[in-house]
Amino acid sequence: MSFPLLTATAALPALGAIATAAVPAGRRTAAKWLALLVSLGTLVLAAVIAVRFEPGGDRYQLTESHAWIADFGVRYELGVDGIAVALIALTAVLIPVIILAGWHDADPLETDSQRWRPTQGFFALILSVEAMVILSFEATDVFLFYILFEAMLIPMYFLIGGFGDRAAPARQGAAATGGGEENAAAQRSYAAVKFLLYNLAGGLIMLAAVIGLYVVAGNFSLTEIAEARANGTLEMATNTERLLFLGFFFAFAVKAPLWPLHTWLPNAMGESTAPVAVLITAVVDKVGTFAMLRFCLGLFPEASEWATPVILALALISIVYGALLAVGQRDIKRLIAYASISHFGFIIMGIFAMTTQGQAGATLYMVNHGISTAALMLVAGFLISRRGSRLIADYGGVQKVAPILAGTFLIGGLATLSLPGLAPFVSEFLVLVGTFARYPVVGVIATLGIVLAALYTLVLYQRTMTGPVKEEVRTLPDLRLRELVVVTPLIALLIFLGVYPKPLTDIVNPAVEHTMSDVQKKDPQPEVEAAK
Amino acid sequence: MSTTAVHSLWTTAAEPLDKIPAPHIEYAQLAPTLIVVGAAILGVLVEAFVPRKSRHYTQVFLAVVALTAAFAAVVGLAVGGYGTTKAHIAAMGAIAVDGPALFLQGTILLASLVAVFTFAERRLDPAAHGKRVDSFAAQAASVPGSDSEKAAVKAGFTTTEVFPLALFAVAGMLVFPAANDLLTLFIALEVFSLPLYLLCALARRKRLMSQEAAVKYFLLGAFSSAFLLFGIALLYGYAGSVSYARIADVVDGTVQTIDPALAGTMGNDALLLIGGALILTGMLFKVGAVPFHMWTPDVYQGAPTPITGFMAAATKVAAFGALLRLLYVVLPGLRWDWRPVMWAIAIVTMLGGAIVAITQTDIKRLLAYSSIAHAGFILAGVIAVTPDGVSSVLFYLLAYSFVTIGAFAVVTLVRDAGGEATHLSKWAGLGRRSPLVAAVFAVFLLAFAGIPLTSGFSGKFAVFRAAAEGGAGALVVVGVISSAIAAFFYIRVIVLMFFSEPKPEGPTVAVPSPLTTTTIAVGVAVTLVLGVAPQYFLDLAGQASVFVR
Repeated sequence: MSFPLLTATAALPALGAIATAAVPAGRRTAAKWLALLVSLGTLVLAAVIAVRFEPGGDRYQLTESHAWIADFGVRYELGVDGIAVALIALTAVLIPVIILAGWHDADPLETDSQRWRPTQGFFALILSVEAMVILSFEATDVFLFYILFEAMLIPMYFLIGGFGDRAAPARQGAAATGGGEENAAAQRSYAAVKFLLYNLAGGLIMLAAVIGLYVVAGNFSLTEIAEARANGTLEMATNTERLLFLGFFFAFAVKAPLWPLHTWLPNAMGESTAPVAVLITAVVDKVGTFAMLRFCLGLFPEASEWATPVILALALISIVYGALLAVGQRDIKRLIAYASISHFGFIIMGIFAMTTQGQAGATLYMVNHGISTAALMLVAGFLISRRGSRLIADYGGVQKVAPILAGTFLIGGLATLSLPGLAPFVSEFLVLVGTFARYPVVGVIATLGIVLAALYTLVLYQRTMTGPVKEEVRTLPDLRLRELVVVTPLIALLIFLGVYPKPLTDIVNPAVEHTMSDVQKKDPQPEVEAAK
Repeated sequence: MSTTAVHSLWTTAAEPLDKIPAPHIEYAQLAPTLIVVGAAILGVLVEAFVPRKSRHYTQVFLAVVALTAAFAAVVGLAVGGYGTTKAHIAAMGAIAVDGPALFLQGTILLASLVAVFTFAERRLDPAAHGKRVDSFAAQAASVPGSDSEKAAVKAGFTTTEVFPLALFAVAGMLVFPAANDLLTLFIALEVFSLPLYLLCALARRKRLMSQEAAVKYFLLGAFSSAFLLFGIALLYGYAGSVSYARIADVVDGTVQTIDPALAGTMGNDALLLIGGALILTGMLFKVGAVPFHMWTPDVYQGAPTPITGFMAAATKVAAFGALLRLLYVVLPGLRWDWRPVMWAIAIVTMLGGAIVAITQTDIKRLLAYSSIAHAGFILAGVIAVTPDGVSSVLFYLLAYSFVTIGAFAVVTLVRDAGGEATHLSKWAGLGRRSPLVAAVFAVFLLAFAGIPLTSGFSGKFAVFRAAAEGGAGALVVVGVISSAIAAFFYIRVIVLMFFSEPKPEGPTVAVPSPLTTTTIAVGVAVTLVLGVAPQYFLDLAGQASVFVR
């Protein structure tokens, strides 16, 4: 038996989480370093996965399969395709960055009791989220995936509700919410509960569909069910398939999030610290879009096709609505949250355009959006922690005071608006081309999103970074070494993948071909080699 | 006319004594119950003869040994094949020894064992006059607030009778799901109910509330017993027998010998339907299903918390066991009649429990309503009428009882000057003050909410799957919706514990003795094991899912 690489990649952060949580109260710094080292170790394992993965090989590779709960027809089955490899790599890259960015976010306040160990808890929770996200990318058993999909809500919930912006809480609270510190805590608790209830409701609807799938199929293995469907041994009545599809899609659409199920995201991202906000939008939400590709299209191809017009319409609304609301935001973090909603619209549009380019683009988009949002949000977080306010109007002329901060913020912003030369351009272009090939009108309307993206990012930059230097901003320090270490790899990746996306497209494209054959779709025009 | 002849008008000569057949009792197979009953009687003697200061330890020792031995006996019977191949009906048709009975008896015994640990806890309440005391009244007979109460407290009395009472209750619960005729069923019900009424009244603090709870429980319980008894009478009138197998034969119409009396009554469906409905009413009262749930919140709140945990877990197991046997052995021929009714009851129970729980401000009442919602989930499995339905219910009961006992054990730890601080507002910020206790309670709440990787999820999945396979898809959807509603109030408690600032005058968390710590640790361990690796226990429940008839 070969080394269980996939299990190890998820088990390392899981064990790391337990070890971090067990660090005694007085040894905070040790807990931080431990968490960082574990996340770097996970990155190494993820790199090994990427190297061992053969793009031209079997659809699911590095597979593992063990009996688990035979009574429920559940097996512990893992396997990765190119899409999963790309997303595991994204997760493994982002977690060390997030940990480093949140280095001081959970230091205990002086008023806290001695037994309260927020630092250990914070980093243990982040690592446990990493473990569950990675395992959910690897799971090829629907039940296993469902369990992780639900279970990861709990640590996320504690991360959102338990750890708010610590920097000058009174000032920040007063400025952002018009109340005191208590009000900020109440807002945060509200955001956490809203996050949990939305996602739990989605998950429970999915549970009904999961049970329904078991009743129809008798087991939960993605490969077995897909095979049985392909060779006709498993027939699903049209209505059954549609209902099951809706059950699954609803949960993923909440997670993704798709309009009109998106309203938890601005609250959650606005109230949590910047690293946690990145964890939500760049890592955890990707599970939703990933699952649409793997489970919705893989298990219910006909129903997916049936639902495509409606989903495309919702995706379009997400794109335009998210962008419009982003333009109108006064709060930096909420602006980025609405921008993310717009971007998730693009991803979902790419998935359901049912073209090779669209889906390859959507997968790249997931990766690139993760990196670019992380860059933008983390730099924004550094800025907010310096000034103690999330309001755009409280800033001005920062680039004269802190040029490096402003410069990295600009690169993050330009990546968000998909400037050619930076990674998101490739994916956005592919998604639009792929959509246009099959649904020209949808593609045309979606380009509105790009125009608006330019508007909200540039206006954000202009208002905060340029112009006369505001009095409160005058003394802001520039990026420190730790913060530079956080931002540099992200920017390097943005530029590298923008100029040379081939390594990524090489592993993603074969996987997309498989998904396309699941839904028995051919590209509408003569085969265009994607992403050359 | 001679005297003899006159006499013979209204008497007959007694049969010679040697012709009465001695009942054939399989003592070995009834060992679990007999051990517990024996220990209970011994416990009464201990009360009479052992000096007061060593009673507590003697009683605890006796109870623990008895429950452990009884559990060992259950395991022995199960290993001996009495759960599967050798399943049969013992004690002249009164008791069934089969898979479901043994599984439920094992569950009840284990749950009672850990519950007894919380009964014996003496470190939580502040010492009264230099003597350590438990959660039970110093002297139950003294009027609350009276001088005799003060004297009893000052003398350091404790009500050690709780242990024999609990053992009697356990004995009744062991028989209840195994009863194979209606009279045994009724006697078992009374044997476990009467000690529970008493136990509910024994709280050391808030005694009036506790006594009120006991009276309510007793009155409503007596009412439901009357329903049950009336139903038994009607069913006897219908089938001419109280034996489960015989009634089932008559219901199915497969009865072999029809005497004239039976021929006259067996066509009378009114007797059957009304009798069945009344018996079900009595059972549903015990499981706390809407609309027979009214007693639950008051009793759960008023009873001493260790008793609440014991009652919430063990009673539910016993009552659902008896309900299963009744529906699957006696009345399967009637399922087209009772399924729609049970559908409706399951739906209102799930939704009612979940919705009303949202407005609760007392943690014990909240858990009471949550137990109502859970009764609804279990009913969804009961309705399936498949072997999977039985095994899923058995598994759910096992999972649920340990979560419940653990959760109530945590409730006993959170205290302020007035005893347990059960009002939710007092739990604010508990997570910051006592992270471990709050984390443990959060695990139990997540299990109640059915979050994956806890036993609550495995159980919920099992019953919903059984329901879906049994054709009750709509019930699953309702169940999922009420789970979402229920999640809200479990989460609310977690929010309160972890995200609210602690209040300066808030409660403290008492450091328990190893007894309560064991209870809570077992609760957490079972919750996680059944959540992560439930296969062994699902297999066990699967093997145990065939009723003997």
